[in-house]
Amino acid sequence: MGAHHGPAKGMSRWLLTTNHKDIGTMYLWFSFAMFILGGAFAMVIRAELFQPGMQLVEPGFFNQMTTLHGLVMVFGAIMPSFVGLANWMIPMMIGAPDMALPRMNNWSFWILPPSFLMLASTLFMEGGAPAFGWTFYAPLSTTYAPPSVTFFIFAIHILGVSSIMGSINIIATVMNMRAPGMSYMKMPLFVWTWLITAFLLVAVMPVLAGAVTMMLMDIHFGTSFFSAAGGGDPVLFQHVFWFFGHPEVYIIILPAFGVVSQIIPAFSRKPLFGYASMVYATASIALLSFIVWAHHMYTVGMPVAGELFFMYATMLIAVPTGVKVFNWITTMWRGALSFETPMLFCLGFLVLFTLGGFTGLMLSIAPADFQYHDTYFVVAHFHYVMVAGAVFSMTAAVYYWIPKWTGRMYSESMGRIHFWVSFIGFNIAFFPQHFVGLAGMPRRIPDYSLQFADFNMMSSIGAFIYGASQLLFLYNVIVTIVAGEKVGEDKIWDGAEGLEWTVPCPAPYHTFEVPPKIDAVSAHA
Amino acid sequence: MASTQTPPADYEKYHVPESSSLAVRATIGLITTVFGAALVLNDMTFGDSEAPSSAKWVLIAGLLFFTATLASWFGTAIKENIQGLNSAQLSHSYVLGMFWFIFSEVMFFAAFFGVLFYVRQLAGPWLAGEGDGGRMNGLLWPGFEFVWPPVTTPQESVGGVDSQLIANNGVFGTSERSMAFADAHHWYQWLPMWNTIILLTSSFTCHVAHAGILKGDIKKFNRWLAVTVALGIVFVFLQAAEYYEAYQHFGLTLNSGIYGSTFFLLTGFHGFHVAMGMTMLLIQLIRSVKGKHFSASDHFGFEASSWYWHFVDVVWVFLFLFVYIL
Repeated sequence: MGAHHGPAKGMSRWLLTTNHKDIGTMYLWFSFAMFILGGAFAMVIRAELFQPGMQLVEPGFFNQMTTLHGLVMVFGAIMPSFVGLANWMIPMMIGAPDMALPRMNNWSFWILPPSFLMLASTLFMEGGAPAFGWTFYAPLSTTYAPPSVTFFIFAIHILGVSSIMGSINIIATVMNMRAPGMSYMKMPLFVWTWLITAFLLVAVMPVLAGAVTMMLMDIHFGTSFFSAAGGGDPVLFQHVFWFFGHPEVYIIILPAFGVVSQIIPAFSRKPLFGYASMVYATASIALLSFIVWAHHMYTVGMPVAGELFFMYATMLIAVPTGVKVFNWITTMWRGALSFETPMLFCLGFLVLFTLGGFTGLMLSIAPADFQYHDTYFVVAHFHYVMVAGAVFSMTAAVYYWIPKWTGRMYSESMGRIHFWVSFIGFNIAFFPQHFVGLAGMPRRIPDYSLQFADFNMMSSIGAFIYGASQLLFLYNVIVTIVAGEKVGEDKIWDGAEGLEWTVPCPAPYHTFEVPPKIDAVSAHA
Repeated sequence: MASTQTPPADYEKYHVPESSSLAVRATIGLITTVFGAALVLNDMTFGDSEAPSSAKWVLIAGLLFFTATLASWFGTAIKENIQGLNSAQLSHSYVLGMFWFIFSEVMFFAAFFGVLFYVRQLAGPWLAGEGDGGRMNGLLWPGFEFVWPPVTTPQESVGGVDSQLIANNGVFGTSERSMAFADAHHWYQWLPMWNTIILLTSSFTCHVAHAGILKGDIKKFNRWLAVTVALGIVFVFLQAAEYYEAYQHFGLTLNSGIYGSTFFLLTGFHGFHVAMGMTMLLIQLIRSVKGKHFSASDHFGFEASSWYWHFVDVVWVFLFLFVYIL
């Protein structure tokens, strides 16, 4: 790579960096720290729910835990982890020297840690941390909110700024930095899913900013957006929030689809089945996500026409999602399969995400949702897509690319143990929640009726197992970095495709300073 | 998949700065600003008005530091351009960045317009008894009728803040007058009309300036850009006068129910964006006059600012239509 500088020494390397790999690394570590923090909150929740009755925490504190668990996991763990992955991989996958706007890239990372510090500090403020749930419905989050809500609002603003800048950077990179010959329809699917995700983020993060701004005005300046007494409407908050919130869940899952679409072909030793249909399915899911938001609000009181529209629009999403699941399975069909850790996590993803998708389909049926709404069935549903969907695929991504990042191989046996402990722990934790939910156990309540006791104890034990398995993951990653076996080849996985496998392991500090030429015949990864 | 790395003949290196303290400085500025703002607001709403507070100094320090950092950031970008570090590809990254930034702003305003439409078309009539849930009107807000602009709030229609019927969370009165066009005899006193004329004209003068720079006519460019900035200043001034009129003579405030809420938030954010755009254009004018930074082929700073200017202009057209006229 010639006369180019390597990384600077010490702390300034990280503070002042403009390098997409450094920034990606910071995102990944930060998101893991938040994953542990949000996980700790979840452990408090599950410990309290271990038995019926009140044992460990006050109900108010329990509400703070559910709120912060959701916020930290969504905005602190899952989203930044995929941004970190995008930072590391997109420039390497499209043959770019770096991200398009490198200084802004660093800025979008660095505003995250202080804003989460601000959010976490609300735990120690008078009146406690926000306790109105991660969806912060008015008037719980306005009229009845603790004073710390102001800090919460500004934290959300900053997260939004970070996401928008990060997304603009990704869009500019993908549109402008592709190596000659890397046409859009040759891009690896991970790049495609991130391009579409970034578009969603730029479209809906400002709407979230609008929602929290109206909260701020209602709380401090006497406006009445969410107060019927002044002619506003608390339900209006839910509409604005979910106009952001539903695209948001695809923001979380689309990059996960991208990861799976990279890894399954590699371990099937076959190209991805139906590449073009994957691209179109991703775009369809993204566009549909803008017209389904009120399926989160069936029970709030909506005209029947609205219920029907949102019900049918929601069901439509099952079609492109079905295309994707079909393509992944067909990719494996008659492939030379092998089951290394990344592939195991992808298969776990495939089975469990599909289950979560089916429960989503159940929830989309408006009349049925009147029974399921705000029960543990919903909790089970979205943990199947958020954890077994997004987090499993993120974990797969770490195992798949860590040799490229560090130049060292992880321990396959430890990886497999991690997978099986996670997989079993996860299912013990969340599968029984379907049953208690269908039987009517409400979410966000620290106590429950006696007939739910056995399943809840199971759930808690599973959650502890799953939580402990993440410490195994951390240990595994650290051991890999410190003492993993060095890898010699550029291409670690014999079935892997893509430009990232044409550079050495570990990837040099600067890659593709001169763009590679993409051969006309070569297919996408 | 990729062949060996020999640069194509016409390849220009993409400039990636080796390292930069701008991001960390901007982080300190931004976080201090919002932390200070939160402290100030909490003092105002939940605090003890007698207690001494240093909150506003935190906010001011944050704002100053953040502004200084942004100035230094843009200064750096300008210097790099003058040094010739910006390849055509890099310049295109800036174009894309600005385009998608403006798109995010469009969505920000779309949220508030959505709120306005929802309140006017759905929530308002429901409060007054229309639709499936309409019978709640007789229980919660008996006597409330919905018109736009509202003549009363639901709270007022059931006896105001003293009413035992409702959980009061504020005082939501109604203004004596709305901002809608009222007096055909004194049409020339209607500020929104003048503001519309001014902003549309400024979009046109901005375009004339652009046409000038494209031909390399710097004098024409400077002249028309100066006119644009001046019109922007007049707009902000008139908007301030309108707010003064609203508060002093119309009794229209942020507390005037949903009408005041939507009116001030929509026009307020728009006015703020006009002030921003005006500042951006003013900086371009200073760059052009003092720094001689622009030429027929190199004037992206102006171009980006002009897109922004046209964008706030378009937003105003929608505001004029949906907030003032319809």
